[in-house]
Amino acid sequence: MDNWTFGITMIIVGMGGTILTMWLLSLLMGLLRKLFPYKKEEAGK
Amino acid sequence: MTEFHISTVLLKTGFLHLTLGHVIMWLIAAAFIYLAIKKDFEPLLLIPIGFSIFVVNFPLAPLVGEGQLFYLFYHYGLEWEIIPCLIFLGIGALTDFGPMIANPKTLLLGASAQLGVYVAFFGAILFGFNINEAASIGIIGGADGPTCIYLTTKLAPHLLGANAIAAYSYMAMVPLIQPPIMKLLTTAKERKIRMKQLRPVSKAERIFFPFIGTIVTVLIVPDAAPLLAMFFVGNLFRESRVVERLLKTSQNELLNIVTIFLGLAVGSTMIADQFLKPAPIFIFILGLFAFAFSTVGGILLAKIMNLFLKEKINPLIGAAGVSAVPMAARAVQKVGQQEDPQNFLLMHAMGPNVAGVIGTTTAAGMFLAMLR
Repeated sequence: MDNWTFGITMIIVGMGGTILTMWLLSLLMGLLRKLFPYKKEEAGK
Repeated sequence: MTEFHISTVLLKTGFLHLTLGHVIMWLIAAAFIYLAIKKDFEPLLLIPIGFSIFVVNFPLAPLVGEGQLFYLFYHYGLEWEIIPCLIFLGIGALTDFGPMIANPKTLLLGASAQLGVYVAFFGAILFGFNINEAASIGIIGGADGPTCIYLTTKLAPHLLGANAIAAYSYMAMVPLIQPPIMKLLTTAKERKIRMKQLRPVSKAERIFFPFIGTIVTVLIVPDAAPLLAMFFVGNLFRESRVVERLLKTSQNELLNIVTIFLGLAVGSTMIADQFLKPAPIFIFILGLFAFAFSTVGGILLAKIMNLFLKEKINPLIGAAGVSAVPMAARAVQKVGQQEDPQNFLLMHAMGPNVAGVIGTTTAAGMFLAMLR
């Protein structure tokens, strides 16, 4: 694979992979919110 | 009896070995120290880097040869990956992930703001750099010094000095570089968008986040594990609230100590005959492109997200997706308040800002996975 083709592949895989990772993380954080909702009594601690 | 010749003594002094290159490096060192002292540009780093550049460019000084003092800082600190990872421990201990946990959408902004990393990577290939060098230059766009140093040490150690200086210089210049791009890409109406106050985050969410973050990122990009592991353990120190001593050490003494060695080690790579070549100039140009495109990437994704969201987000916060914490978030706050002085965007911008740190580390892991 020449440098150009590898470069373009890297951009697609790298950017795609970075977005996928962060998207997955955001999904799990949404789940975390449902599992551990904020309780009012925490405000005083 | 050994004969004494004055010429022998003279030859052992630095005077006869001094070159124009050395003097130019002294001037570069002076410029860094000036920027640090007079302009307050990243003084914690530019002072040790500047003095290190100055002192390693003295002929015959036993500093950077194998086994010598600055070589040891470089070898054990950077080549052994210790310094960037310890800095990440400190950053994790200092980082409040609350704004990001409260609004997980901002993670996507942190990802899209890595656009500049890949644009600069491709640009560097066009400039004739090899693939490994291009990746180490591209990561400057993430505006994350330790990640830039970590990746460069692994892929293109000969570019370490130029890359590190470019990364930290552009981080210091966030208030100059980002606002014109923000204004160019957004309308006054968009800049005035007020965002709803962030929800409170439970303690359990805060404690579980380092674990969730580690599971997702280290499974996808195991190559970035040293940085990510230290980052998340630092954050666990913070959020567990039971290891105050470890937290304070990570945030203060340890971070300060490794910062000294980081500066000295980076500066020691900038030796006249290796540094005074065209490559650093191209690196500075590409680094600026990288940084600008990262800002563009974050803002554009925020605008695209607004097409689908009921509750609009202020697209300025996309610019904070670069990792320069908290300078990028402060720049967002400032530009937002120029349009509406009662609009407080700082906490909203902190979400993409800390997400950007994870995004840049992930991008570095992607490069390592494909290039090593």
